[in-house]
Amino acid sequence: MSRYGMVIDTVRCVGCMDCVVACKTENNVPEGFNRDWIAYDVQGEFPTLQMEIRSERCNHCDAPPCVYCCPTGASHVHDVGGVVLVDYDKCIGCKACVASCPYGARFINPEGYAEKCTFCIHRVEEGLDPACVSVCPTHCMHFGDLDDPNSEVSTLLASRRHHTLMPEAGTKPRIFYLT
Amino acid sequence: MSSFTRRKFLKISAATVTVASGAAVLSKHSVTPAQAAKRPATGVQRIPTTCDICFWKCGAIASVRDGVLWKIEGNPDDPLSRGRLCPRGTGGVGAHFDPDRLRRPLIRRSDRGRDAWHEVSWDEAFAYIAKKMHAIKAAHGPEAVALFSHGIGGNFLKHTLKAFGTPNMAAPSFAQCRGPRDTGFRLTFGEDIGSPERTDIKNAQCLVLIGSHLGENMHNSQVQEFADAVGNGATVIVADPRFSIAAGKAKHYLPIKPGTDLALLLAWMHVLVQEGLYDKEYVAKHGFGFEQFAARLATFTPEWAYPETGIAPDVIRATAREMARHKPATLVHPGRHATWYGDDAQRSRAIALLNALLGSWGSKGGFYTPASMDVPAYPYPAYPKPARPKVDNPDHRYPFAHETITTGIREATITGKPYPVKGWFVYATNLLQALPNEQETIKAIQNLDLLVVIDVVPSEIAGWADVVLPESVYLERHDDLNVELFREPFVALRQPVVEPPGEQKPNWWMAKRLAETLGLGHFYPWKDIEEYFAHRLTAAGLRYEELKAKGILRGAAAPIYAADGVPLTFETPSGKIEFYSPQLEQAGFDPVPVYRKHEEPPPGAFRLLFGRSPVHTFSRTQTNRVLADMMDENEIWVNADVARRLELKSGEYVRLRNQDNVLSNRIKVKATQRIRPDCVYMVHGFGHTAKGLRHTYLKGASDSQLVTRYATDPLMGGTGMNVNFVTLEPEATRV
Repeated sequence: MSRYGMVIDTVRCVGCMDCVVACKTENNVPEGFNRDWIAYDVQGEFPTLQMEIRSERCNHCDAPPCVYCCPTGASHVHDVGGVVLVDYDKCIGCKACVASCPYGARFINPEGYAEKCTFCIHRVEEGLDPACVSVCPTHCMHFGDLDDPNSEVSTLLASRRHHTLMPEAGTKPRIFYLT
Repeated sequence: MSSFTRRKFLKISAATVTVASGAAVLSKHSVTPAQAAKRPATGVQRIPTTCDICFWKCGAIASVRDGVLWKIEGNPDDPLSRGRLCPRGTGGVGAHFDPDRLRRPLIRRSDRGRDAWHEVSWDEAFAYIAKKMHAIKAAHGPEAVALFSHGIGGNFLKHTLKAFGTPNMAAPSFAQCRGPRDTGFRLTFGEDIGSPERTDIKNAQCLVLIGSHLGENMHNSQVQEFADAVGNGATVIVADPRFSIAAGKAKHYLPIKPGTDLALLLAWMHVLVQEGLYDKEYVAKHGFGFEQFAARLATFTPEWAYPETGIAPDVIRATAREMARHKPATLVHPGRHATWYGDDAQRSRAIALLNALLGSWGSKGGFYTPASMDVPAYPYPAYPKPARPKVDNPDHRYPFAHETITTGIREATITGKPYPVKGWFVYATNLLQALPNEQETIKAIQNLDLLVVIDVVPSEIAGWADVVLPESVYLERHDDLNVELFREPFVALRQPVVEPPGEQKPNWWMAKRLAETLGLGHFYPWKDIEEYFAHRLTAAGLRYEELKAKGILRGAAAPIYAADGVPLTFETPSGKIEFYSPQLEQAGFDPVPVYRKHEEPPPGAFRLLFGRSPVHTFSRTQTNRVLADMMDENEIWVNADVARRLELKSGEYVRLRNQDNVLSNRIKVKATQRIRPDCVYMVHGFGHTAKGLRHTYLKGASDSQLVTRYATDPLMGGTGMNVNFVTLEPEATRV
């Protein structure tokens, strides 16, 4: 079994939002909404500053609160790669998942269902990288199987310092940020 | 007739257009039977082309799904994009679907009491333009028609106007952007650094950025290489009043006081010379006038520079030594938008000289020698020789201007000297935001007998036109072949991937039809542009069909560094790198750059700085709905402590008032630690006042509107625009 995850190099990232735009066109995300976004984490006082830039999205958690709280089973863990998905036909738009997600990764599509990052599973199942990863002009994003010790993502995690977002939430996120 | 009030700024919008002749506007889902016949019923087509969201012209592959444009990705064969576009390129689909696009030619009728445009046929539009052009020619000569253009799309219009007999063609990219940089480098090395720049960023071991905000300024190849350099552990040194994205990657961030960059550069050079850290062999071999240069640097110590720049002497020394340690793989980036303070060509020359001391010109990790494909020009008939020289630079007032000065044409249009200018063509540049002091632009426009604007959306400049010609966006048209000077030679093709949604036409078609209407049809011996491409490519020994299929044809890569045998030659009068410039001295300028203080903002006011966002190009993409979703208004960056003192919070709206009492549109405060307290900063291109740009109308503020003052560079006529001061006025009602 594979366990898909993403490793994002904050040293290379310039926060250009190409990942956000690519997601939008690839997945036809409605105007006014985005499935991914850029966070600028600035520490210190001028001029002694540190800044970490992160491309953020659904963390496809190993312990996904959105799946646990979904009353209809629409939010589920996909067979392939353990990707967290929403079955739009089963979704009733109750927003429980939106409230449960500590990362603010979900929104309600104007047509009434919960929407979020799918890791571009339709591309991944064709052997392609997610759209955001494939377009990144800085090559700061990597996608692959975290359970395969020889995958690029595993190798990067073994060799570089990294962190996840809000590990204290206990969700076991699968997006890792290299620092 | 009152020349100043006769023309009103007309906002082009659906409500103000009266349809003169037929043809319903097509929605984005409408297709004509001809279009439908061309389209496959289902499936995805991938068509190579080149991007035109900016002038970088990256190779792209557009995916069309069931006949509808879906997405655009980089072409892996393209040396510029290396298979990955920037966010604007990826968001280029929004240009095609933009509901605010111009759809049919428009003429503003002479009954000016009515704020109404008439949609006309293309033939009517050309007949109108040609009649006016003939009248201008008869009264004032063909030189009285000028062109302002931006990008490769304007090539054929230039051809038509040269055939008409005018030499007056300019782009804001010179006097409002990279001009001073190119002049500074020409004076030093005898060559400028081109576009795309010949900067070997990816191999730099030390990269110095002076106000250049790579990563926000999203020139694709440069940003990709910047990430490579950072990823490789290059030492990055950033001098910027703002903690830019690049500053976040820097080992040394120098929070320099605005307007003092030249003092820092002189002090850096002082350290390199005084401590003997420069590349002595390189300077001895290639340099001219080094002794005189060194003597003039003597007083520019780090201690002298400290009170000017705010950068401590030990930091200046440490960073100079860091540059020397990595030489010649130290790249002091020359930037691009260099029109800041009016002494910009001299500042750029100091950057050139610093690179010369480090031996980086010609070296790996410095400035490489670019190559291009030999694709001969089309063998057109000779153009008529203009009876008068260009109008922009009378008596060579700016002796080192090697391109036409937009603002010089504007001035001649206002004054009628050295001769009157009565017709303007404006192609793909929103002049009201591109040139400083919009009132001067408006004043010039009032003197015109003809203003033709070619654009894709109803921009501010289009609102002032007599005739608006709607161009198809780059995804719907062919443009001229792109033959760039770059790391390796290549030729790239822009070709249509979808049909335009209305009656929009490509520039080449307009330029050809206009020439034919003017009786200059013999300047277009080819039937359509594909015949033109085939002719040029055949002459180059290439096959058009192959280019059409691949989008890019690459030539053989050749060495690009001096160490690999590329000869270093300098087209300067001495044939060497001119550390001391006799030609500057003879023209009455400093032969070695000298720092002079710039006026500082009065108490309570802030210097207005502006720059780029990675998701927008100039003032032309704010109406693109995909990119607007990334950023739909700009913010004014205010130092957090200053904001606290002024009782301003992030997200609150303020207006900016400049020294000439011009008040901006409202703009959101971004209170941040990332900027000095003596300046404020905004992204250029927002604050649109054209109502037809429905989505972006009055969103954010326009820096251009506040740039009423500019400092003209005496060497080359560039307009330094960072010389405006603003105060912040809170909005009474918060939204």
